[in-house]
Amino acid sequence: MPFNRKPQKFNAAIKSVVIGSGDKTVTLGGENVLPFYAFDGEIKNGPKVGVEITDLGMEGEPESVKAYYEGAATMGEIAKKAAAMEGADFLCLRLAGGDPNGLNKSVEELIETVKEVADAVDVPLVVEGCKNVEKDSELLTKVAEVLQGRNVLVMSAREEDYKAVGAAAGLAYSQKVGAESAVDINLAKQLNVVMTQLGVNADSIVMNVGSAAVGYGYEYVVSTLDRIKAAALSQDDKMLQMPIITPIASETWNVKEAMATEEESPEWGSQEVRGISMEIQTAAASLASGSDAVILKHPQSVATISKMIQELM
Amino acid sequence: MALSGIQIFKMTPKKNCKECGCPTCMAFSMKVAQGAMDISACPYMSDDAMAQLSEATAPPMKTIKVGTGDSEYTLGGETVLYRHEKTFVSKTRYAVSLCSCMSDEEIDAKLEEDKKVDYDRIGERMCAEMLYVNYAGNGVDKYVSLVTKAAATGKVLVLGCEDADAAKAALEVCKAGKPILNGANASNYEEMSKLATEAGVVLGVSGANIDELHDTVEAIEKLGNKNLVLDTTEATIKETFATTVQVRRASLKDTDRTFGYPSIVNLAKIAQGDRYMQQALLSLFTMKYGSIIVLEEMGYAEALPVFGLRQNVFTDPQKPMKVEPGIYPLNGADENSICLTTVDFALTYFLVSGELERSGVPVNLVINDAGGLSVLTSWAAGKFSGNSISKFFKENVEDKVKSRKVIIPGKVAVLKGDIESKLPGWEVIVAPLEAVQLVKFMKDLQANGEL
Repeated sequence: MPFNRKPQKFNAAIKSVVIGSGDKTVTLGGENVLPFYAFDGEIKNGPKVGVEITDLGMEGEPESVKAYYEGAATMGEIAKKAAAMEGADFLCLRLAGGDPNGLNKSVEELIETVKEVADAVDVPLVVEGCKNVEKDSELLTKVAEVLQGRNVLVMSAREEDYKAVGAAAGLAYSQKVGAESAVDINLAKQLNVVMTQLGVNADSIVMNVGSAAVGYGYEYVVSTLDRIKAAALSQDDKMLQMPIITPIASETWNVKEAMATEEESPEWGSQEVRGISMEIQTAAASLASGSDAVILKHPQSVATISKMIQELM
Repeated sequence: MALSGIQIFKMTPKKNCKECGCPTCMAFSMKVAQGAMDISACPYMSDDAMAQLSEATAPPMKTIKVGTGDSEYTLGGETVLYRHEKTFVSKTRYAVSLCSCMSDEEIDAKLEEDKKVDYDRIGERMCAEMLYVNYAGNGVDKYVSLVTKAAATGKVLVLGCEDADAAKAALEVCKAGKPILNGANASNYEEMSKLATEAGVVLGVSGANIDELHDTVEAIEKLGNKNLVLDTTEATIKETFATTVQVRRASLKDTDRTFGYPSIVNLAKIAQGDRYMQQALLSLFTMKYGSIIVLEEMGYAEALPVFGLRQNVFTDPQKPMKVEPGIYPLNGADENSICLTTVDFALTYFLVSGELERSGVPVNLVINDAGGLSVLTSWAAGKFSGNSISKFFKENVEDKVKSRKVIIPGKVAVLKGDIESKLPGWEVIVAPLEAVQLVKFMKDLQANGEL
């Protein structure tokens, strides 16, 4: 007896969210099958890969990342190189230098960087704040303002600052809004509910439901992603049908496996290869559970993950 | 179809004899319905009921055992597709591939490399448990000598061999180690099944596509052999993923018993020579239903992420992962270094130890026994209190560490006074609320000379 195929068909789909402007746009989400289940039905769009750069330039980056950007002296030049990376679908600028516990750069200074990057490239853009709630409320509001018309994704609005960030990015300047919650399906849904109550269009929201490096409590990430996709597709939960974007680079490059130098752990071998491996494996696991986009930084990881996605489409 | 506890209960003798280990027949029935016990544990079930029940209550996916002694592993036996539904029971196992086409030097080098990755992560041994020994059709003697060499490692072997003569000769030298003979296909299955059955080993079955695989498994089951694993590797990455997922889903969700076996995914075939692509797929197939994953190399770069992932994915969602209580010296800490204490919840431990390592400040991380709960949960449950912390320090820390300063989590700042009164001579310092703030906090302490 031949195999009796029973495709899982859903009467619901993940929303499609377009970022970018002009002829350079990228669509996140839109699928109505489980991650990479192309045998159940056609996958619309397919997951996307973003390249992360920060306002700190090449400071603190691994040698092999620096090597890729060699010759790029300004943020504009760095952005151009990032956008041209093989396999890159969009660019993500993380304003890490704004952290009051770190460099504490002023909003004005960071906005200059944002403008420089935005002027240098025409690819779809994601702008991430510095993770400090107070600073981000001000910073991201300003980001949304100066990038008006570019249709960027502003990350992120959280429970604490969704009113400021959501109102600026989603309402005043019609950008796309990232909704960030901490690895919990209920928190993710709750944030979408309050954001839409604020008036943000549900079709303008992209979720960042939290992440971790593999081995670091990653089981919570898996189950959160699995459950969100199940609720969105099989229960048609409209408040969980936003596409999911997952920053990977910022999680994986500062764990022990990627940080330990070859002198500290000689038996572990090349530090660079370990860093890339953590990034690739975490990204693949995240996509397998339902991320519609991942943000990476090493050219090798971007190329490999992008190729894996093509192979599975 | 699956029966409910009540339906099963109706067929039990209702004697409440307790011989099965359950207090009542009802309790036993409920356990059988959940798949927690086998119906044969009841000594008084009538043959008729037994036949009816064992068919209906048989697990959807068979549990297959390979290897012997310390290297015996269980594959399959899964009941759910997602870890949040119930625990995944059999971890994915990894096999490094060897081929009779390789030179002796290559093979020796590979076996030597493979030995190096063998370490402990939160109480679990991590190493590639298996070797995949591929036959390239270049002479039975060469293959047998390779198999002999591979068998000497003590790892479980998977013989990738579709040639009956070579398989027979190879089994002669390694069958005692309970390997897998991965070699049955649509054209040779009768002969291969006979070989596997005679040698008492598990048979691996493959097909050119999912339909052929289904047909072949059915044919082998008709021969009476149900000791199988399914090689779901196809020509491309896309087809391999499709077959691997559909096989598992058909068995668990659509109760297709023909596909109720563990799987083998061979990355050495579909991503040959591409180390990074193999890693991406290693992660993908660990998440999605590979029981054995074959890859060309398992160095630390592959191992550190994938074993972390596997340990995470295959934990019981209802039981938190715990680390061993004790003193963990970080950044070269010695007996004069300051102590920092927290709970034994694995996630807390990793976050806190990671941040402390980043600070570069020598510190003794003291992990209390807090039942594997997070800081606030264990505090609320009374398992992380002034009493428990001071007791732990008196019994395990005071004789080993000379420093009399201890940093406690910011979330339990309220315990400061209590601990100071119960631990005379100790100065208690309260840390910030979140682990990410530790780097700055520790550096500040160091700069201010408060260590």
